[in-house]
Amino acid sequence: MADRFPSPFDIETPEGAEGWQDMYVYSSLFSESRREFEDSIFWFQDGVHWPKVLTPWDATFYEFAIASLSQYNTRHLQVPPANGIAFRILNGYGYLTPVPADPATIEARVANFMDRAGFYFMNWNDLYDKWMVKIRDLVKELESVNFEPLPEIEDADGVVKSGAGLGSGYQIQENYRTLLDLSLKLWNYHFEFLNLGYAAYLDFFGFCKEAFPGIPDLAIAKMVAGVEVDLFRPDEELKRLARVALESGVAEAFAAGDVEATCEILKGSDAGRAWIASFQESAEPWFNFSTGSGFYHSDKIWIENVEIPFEFINDYIVKLQAGEDLARPMDAIRAERDRVVSEYSELLASDEDREAFQGKLGLARVVFPYVENHNFYVEHWSHSVIWRKMRQLGEVFVKEGFWAEPNDIFYLKRTEVEDALWDYYVSWATPEPAAGPGRWPAIIDKRKNICAALRKWKPVPALGAPPEVITEPFTVMLWGITSDSVDSWLGGGEQKEGELRGMAASPGLVEGPARVIFTPEQIGEVQQGEILVAPLTAPSWAPIFGKILATVTDTGGMMSHAAIVCREYGLPAVTGTGFATDRIKTGDRIRVDGNNGIVTSLD
Amino acid sequence: MADVTMWFEGYWPGLKAEVGGKAASLGEMTGAGLPVPPGFAVTTAGYRAAHDAADLDATLARLLHGLDVSDTAQVSAVCGEIRDVIRLMPLPGDVESQIREHYEQLCRKCDVEDLPVAVRSSATSEDSPDASFAGEHDTYLWVRGGDAVVDAVRRCWASLFTDRATCYRVEMGYEHRSVEMAVVIQKMVRPISAGVAFTLNPANGDRSQVAIDAAWGFGEGVVSGEVTPDNFLVDKVLLEVTKRDISHKAHEYRLTDHDTVEKVGIDGERADTPCMTDAQLKAVAALAKTAERHYGCPQDIEWAVDSDLPEGENIILLQARPETVWSKKPRKTVTGSADRDPMASIVSTLMNPLHTKKD
Repeated sequence: MADRFPSPFDIETPEGAEGWQDMYVYSSLFSESRREFEDSIFWFQDGVHWPKVLTPWDATFYEFAIASLSQYNTRHLQVPPANGIAFRILNGYGYLTPVPADPATIEARVANFMDRAGFYFMNWNDLYDKWMVKIRDLVKELESVNFEPLPEIEDADGVVKSGAGLGSGYQIQENYRTLLDLSLKLWNYHFEFLNLGYAAYLDFFGFCKEAFPGIPDLAIAKMVAGVEVDLFRPDEELKRLARVALESGVAEAFAAGDVEATCEILKGSDAGRAWIASFQESAEPWFNFSTGSGFYHSDKIWIENVEIPFEFINDYIVKLQAGEDLARPMDAIRAERDRVVSEYSELLASDEDREAFQGKLGLARVVFPYVENHNFYVEHWSHSVIWRKMRQLGEVFVKEGFWAEPNDIFYLKRTEVEDALWDYYVSWATPEPAAGPGRWPAIIDKRKNICAALRKWKPVPALGAPPEVITEPFTVMLWGITSDSVDSWLGGGEQKEGELRGMAASPGLVEGPARVIFTPEQIGEVQQGEILVAPLTAPSWAPIFGKILATVTDTGGMMSHAAIVCREYGLPAVTGTGFATDRIKTGDRIRVDGNNGIVTSLD
Repeated sequence: MADVTMWFEGYWPGLKAEVGGKAASLGEMTGAGLPVPPGFAVTTAGYRAAHDAADLDATLARLLHGLDVSDTAQVSAVCGEIRDVIRLMPLPGDVESQIREHYEQLCRKCDVEDLPVAVRSSATSEDSPDASFAGEHDTYLWVRGGDAVVDAVRRCWASLFTDRATCYRVEMGYEHRSVEMAVVIQKMVRPISAGVAFTLNPANGDRSQVAIDAAWGFGEGVVSGEVTPDNFLVDKVLLEVTKRDISHKAHEYRLTDHDTVEKVGIDGERADTPCMTDAQLKAVAALAKTAERHYGCPQDIEWAVDSDLPEGENIILLQARPETVWSKKPRKTVTGSADRDPMASIVSTLMNPLHTKKD
């Protein structure tokens, strides 16, 4: 077995992807000038958040997110042992490495961390209330950013006579900069609490592991996890709408086949119109929900693709008609959580241990709502708005002949969009022909071809020499990368013939036919009684969890957003297998052992 | 008249005098959710009814009149005759039919015709003189069929009149007519697999785990160490299997045609196949957990998966005793070694390598 992964400098460019480096900012690339550093450490591909090729603009959130994470570790909180996460893009995929803090600085960091993090833990609820206000204000600001084609002449009252001294040409450029500023602000907010939330969780986690070396990670997650979580709310809204449809007698409209036909029928009656109003109420904000991780412009958002929620609602209507009770058994879930807590507590060695256990559990539960809920507010809601605004801007350029499709804008780097806007502004001001229409279509076309070539390349799971043991807490918890998974990747993922190993993310043992899904658009292919095999699962796939027997993913850890939903549905799940979508084919019979993190081929 | 028979499930402490110590203990365990092999007791009322119907008092008075306890030959002859009388005495119709009906119900429950059972005496009072000697020859294993069961019951009763017990009563001036005996009839366990379980992880004392060693067939090989068992850990709270080591099981102890248990080789795939399903492992862990709660301390139990009982009722507790290694050590606390201050504890968590790897 190899003892290290290939060097990033030995990875070849896939055929047809030559020049891919031009799609990204130079600082995100591996480069000769930093080779000594880059070649000395271990990099892993972040398939939990960025499993697909990044188009140039989509790299924005990747870069904003990881930089914000780092900034909180190093400059705000001074997390004692951990500096930030270095990030690179290789062949279109994101690779990360946690950077340890200089041991000489740790003592000083401890004092700062205790002071700063201590303040947050002491004032958590107040600060979290403020966070909710900040994030909602931010979404409002985002919503107010609009991109319209520049006018033939400026409005007399609104612009000229108002004395503002500024016009639409300035405004459209400022709006784009505002959109970027708000995006970076969003990611700063995202990490205001997250690292601390995980730190408190890890402290409870560490206590449990010390008291009970064999305790499953899942048991710890179960004790902390919230019962009513905003991340489940979109799914709850679908169920509610299914019930309303049945109760108000408009359920038949959903059998019409497509959204337009259904809406046509609904619009024909008072009850139907009331249902549409009810849908719109749910949709803002709850259907600002991405079918993917929320990090790609290509991820579908429910509110913009209503056929997705409509189809799920129809599935729920069918289930309700068959007499199924869709309500989550809240009391039973709470009772089970209380049972688990009280039984472990009883098993502890002393009353002092029980007191410490309750204290740490208490803190973990105070911080955990943020850990569970931020995902909806940031990656789903806010990102959905940003993608919409970007498409609106893309549309303006389409009208001006810069390129063909609104989504083509995502094949520009974020700085190139500023260049294009400048070009547009100048050509409007003069007026004269813009240079862009002669420039961008060819570049976009080339980059589309590059991305297509990169998509055919299966990213290596890691690069460089792995550390002897993986102990960096965030790496283990967020990305599910452990010494075990690294060993398994080094072994090519195949320890025994026909066997894949990953994280035991949700318990249970089932056998059944596999359904391999590569993109969210394929969700509709999933049939009742199949085992879902996918690069990763997104929280918004919740409605199909009522159909499937189990889930297997290439990437993800115990606390990945996906794992939370898997456990909620009580389905076995093995995550972070590295190779499942590669090794398993649709129709293969497989056994999923969610207790031990093993997937076995039965054919 | 009191009931002639009692299912273990029907036991309550008020019945102890009528069913004897052994049946009482089996009844108590059944009631506590500790699944001993199923069965029933023939109460002292059953014995009394048979005793009266056969007018045993008159026979005893006649045969024991003038017995010289120092004359071993005479004692042996007289007691032998009494035991023969009891072994051959007809049972009142309702007593016999009750025993047969209960036995047949047991056969139906296990879906086995002529189900092999163990028939044992159950002393009615632990410290009474009749208890002192009963139990010498009063266990009959692999008893099959209603006739044989009824016969074995009578044999148990007859063991009240062993030479020693009889002489003892004469010397102490106890009335022979007042001695009574209850009898236990219990399914013989025929295991698919069997083994031991600890209500903690013997490797590190982790009380949240149940450690299970299991092998095919009877548990003898596991207990003696002749068979390398499959080894499992089950989380006590979630009842999920957290670790499994499947061994090559070259041998197993199996029942022969002549009702003995012998060591035989295992061929082919079965030697390397896990001998327990997850459902069975969870049931054993739940059983071990119940035993620990019931007895109030960590337990070391022997158990079997019975091949006759229906799924869901086929995990059988054979023996429970206190665990002795970790239970004697002072328990290691977490707070004893860690920072009490929550912030300091969080810092230490972040600073120290965290092994989330499964051990």
